[in-house]
Amino acid sequence: MEEKTKIEIRDVSKVFGKNPKKVLKLLDEGLSKAEILERTGHNVGLYKLNFEIRSGEIFVIMGLSGSGKSTLLRCINRLIEPTTGEIRIDGDDVIKMKPENLRKLRRNKLGMVFQNFGLLPHRSVIDNVAYGLEVRGIEKEQRYEKALEAIENVGLKGHEDSDISQLSGGMQQRVGLARALATDPDILLMDEAFSALDPLIRSEMQDELLALQDRMQKTIVFVSHDLDEALKLGDRILLMNEGKAVQIGTAEEILTNPADDYVAKFVAGVDRSKVLLAEAVMKRPDPVISINSSLKVAVQLMKKHGISSIYVVDRNKILKGFVTIDKAIDGIKENKKIENVMSEDVHKTAPDTPLNELIPIIESHSPLAVVDEKDKLIGVVVRGSVLGALAMED
Amino acid sequence: MVFEIPHIPLGDGVEVIVEWIEQNLGFLLDLFTAIMNILISGIRDVLFLFPPVVFILIVTAIAYFIGRRDAKLAIGVAFALVLLESMRLWAISMQTLSLVLAAALVALVIAIPIGIIAAKNETLLYIIRPILDFMQTMPSFVYLIPAVIFFGLGNVPGLVATIVFAMPPPIRLTILGIQHVPKELKEVGDAFGSTPMQKLMKIEIPSAMPSIMAGVNQCIMLSLSMVVIAAMIGAPGLGYQVLAAIQRIDIGSGFEAGLGIVIIAMVLDRLTQSLTPKR
Ligand SMILES: Nc1ncnc2c1ncn2[C@@H]1O[C@H](COP(=O)(O)OP(=O)(O)OP(=O)(O)O)[C@@H](O)[C@H]1O
Ligand SMILES: [Mg+2]
Repeated sequence: MEEKTKIEIRDVSKVFGKNPKKVLKLLDEGLSKAEILERTGHNVGLYKLNFEIRSGEIFVIMGLSGSGKSTLLRCINRLIEPTTGEIRIDGDDVIKMKPENLRKLRRNKLGMVFQNFGLLPHRSVIDNVAYGLEVRGIEKEQRYEKALEAIENVGLKGHEDSDISQLSGGMQQRVGLARALATDPDILLMDEAFSALDPLIRSEMQDELLALQDRMQKTIVFVSHDLDEALKLGDRILLMNEGKAVQIGTAEEILTNPADDYVAKFVAGVDRSKVLLAEAVMKRPDPVISINSSLKVAVQLMKKHGISSIYVVDRNKILKGFVTIDKAIDGIKENKKIENVMSEDVHKTAPDTPLNELIPIIESHSPLAVVDEKDKLIGVVVRGSVLGALAMED
Repeated sequence: MVFEIPHIPLGDGVEVIVEWIEQNLGFLLDLFTAIMNILISGIRDVLFLFPPVVFILIVTAIAYFIGRRDAKLAIGVAFALVLLESMRLWAISMQTLSLVLAAALVALVIAIPIGIIAAKNETLLYIIRPILDFMQTMPSFVYLIPAVIFFGLGNVPGLVATIVFAMPPPIRLTILGIQHVPKELKEVGDAFGSTPMQKLMKIEIPSAMPSIMAGVNQCIMLSLSMVVIAAMIGAPGLGYQVLAAIQRIDIGSGFEAGLGIVIIAMVLDRLTQSLTPKR
């Protein structure tokens, strides 16, 4: 993934009410959102947000109801005007744009998917999907062609002439997604796009979005109040509370290293085994033995470390197998080499395997070797550290 | 000494204003009268273009299609119109209908844009509200007086009184419809980069359509009821026949004309209602 910055949020604050600038000063003095609401009747939406969203990532905005997620998302395409701050998309400040340029940006670079789908009930599926193209002034034939492509992309082929009211919730949101994709925008803004769907369909749509993202490599900003969803979709996650950013990081960073009590409470209920990966609990593979060494060295090493077997690697640390201490001692007597006595039947796993997939294996096969795609040994997982990591949540 | 609240001769003031308008803006009134007469006779010519049987067939076919191929509406309409002709009320009914359609047309052409603008403009809304209240609660007869003074007797004063009377509901319902377009749909318009005009034409008006069409329906129904009343100032048609029957105490003719009005009302009502998009 590229690490190029796509969206830059600088010092963005939003206060709803008659005199937002004045209220910002009170916030600077340290008053809380609740105090400000009580004293001034102003609603604090966002306060001093600073972060970047990278090109090609799924960036999830998370938080409890009222924490400012939707407000933040709507500031990005300026459906809501922030009180202060800059929002740069590919370097251009959205907040300073003239209406004409803002329209161009929205038409060409930004797509949006809405919580309640936001479909136009008086239009057929294809005319809904083609809306963005129609607004751009594209001829009917051409826009239907592109709309059809988008409809196929979300798996709705054959439904293009249906009425919106004939579709199920899941299908309606596919139409919403197709509409956002039809204009081929760089950035997709999705506000609780799957929250109105029932759990099974929601999970299906999440998988679909991930599959789409594999093909398309958009920058996706996804608002969610569901932690499981955030962990599943998000390359990085922003946790918000009362309009402020509490923590930004990958799912694992947030789970293993919560910034404060709010985050800790938030993640307390999570099924960590789905999120924690092998690489988070693996240890350095120490010691290992080179395939060119003698069996004597192998036995010495095992004795020194008090272990009963050792991994065998080649010069490039590629995992070849393992030797047990008994076989090694027998082998010395018969003057054999390491490769004659080692077992090649090693239990291996990839570093991005979630723990819940490791648990059934590790019960009977500890330790497990962690290897990269070239079979290079990068770590070992033992049963104890898996269970330890899962127990940590309390 | 008894303190008395002074008498403000508001009625006299109105008279003065009316007189002034008549004297100074007479040419405008004449122009307006001419245009309205052209409109009415144009519509009437269309209505009389076909003999009753052909006309009934055409309207029945239209009813069949706008009723989404449901035969019930078409059969009802055909039956009602045949009844009209069998009472030998056809010509006089078409007189009434041409007045109704002309009045409703003018009223809607004014009312719908006003409603759209008022829905988006707080100031205009603020100004328009009391005017609408006034227009709707003032007894309809009262419009007849200035209408006669400005436009004399005949078709046009009845038409003008009808237009004024039938305008408020479509204005109100258009305002209501536009104001109640779901916020999410308006956001869709903005998020995809629509111009304000595109947003209005492609999102706001279509999703306000049920409400606007209810306004159209009410406008037509009110036009009909007012056109009947306008018979008192010489508007021709079924209303005039009712009025004449009352003066002559001719129960039969009065009942027939009354029934004719009911038939036209029902046909117009059902046709406009089935034009309303369903959600
Ligand atoms: N138009 C508005 N006028 C006044 N206050 C608003 C407005 N929109 C949002 N707020 C306030 O700003 C705060 C953040 O709202 P926002 O809708 O962004 O929350 P959210 O995180 O999206 O919550 P939810 O999960 O319920 O959608 C809330 O306190 C809300 O009441
Ligand atoms: Mg929200």
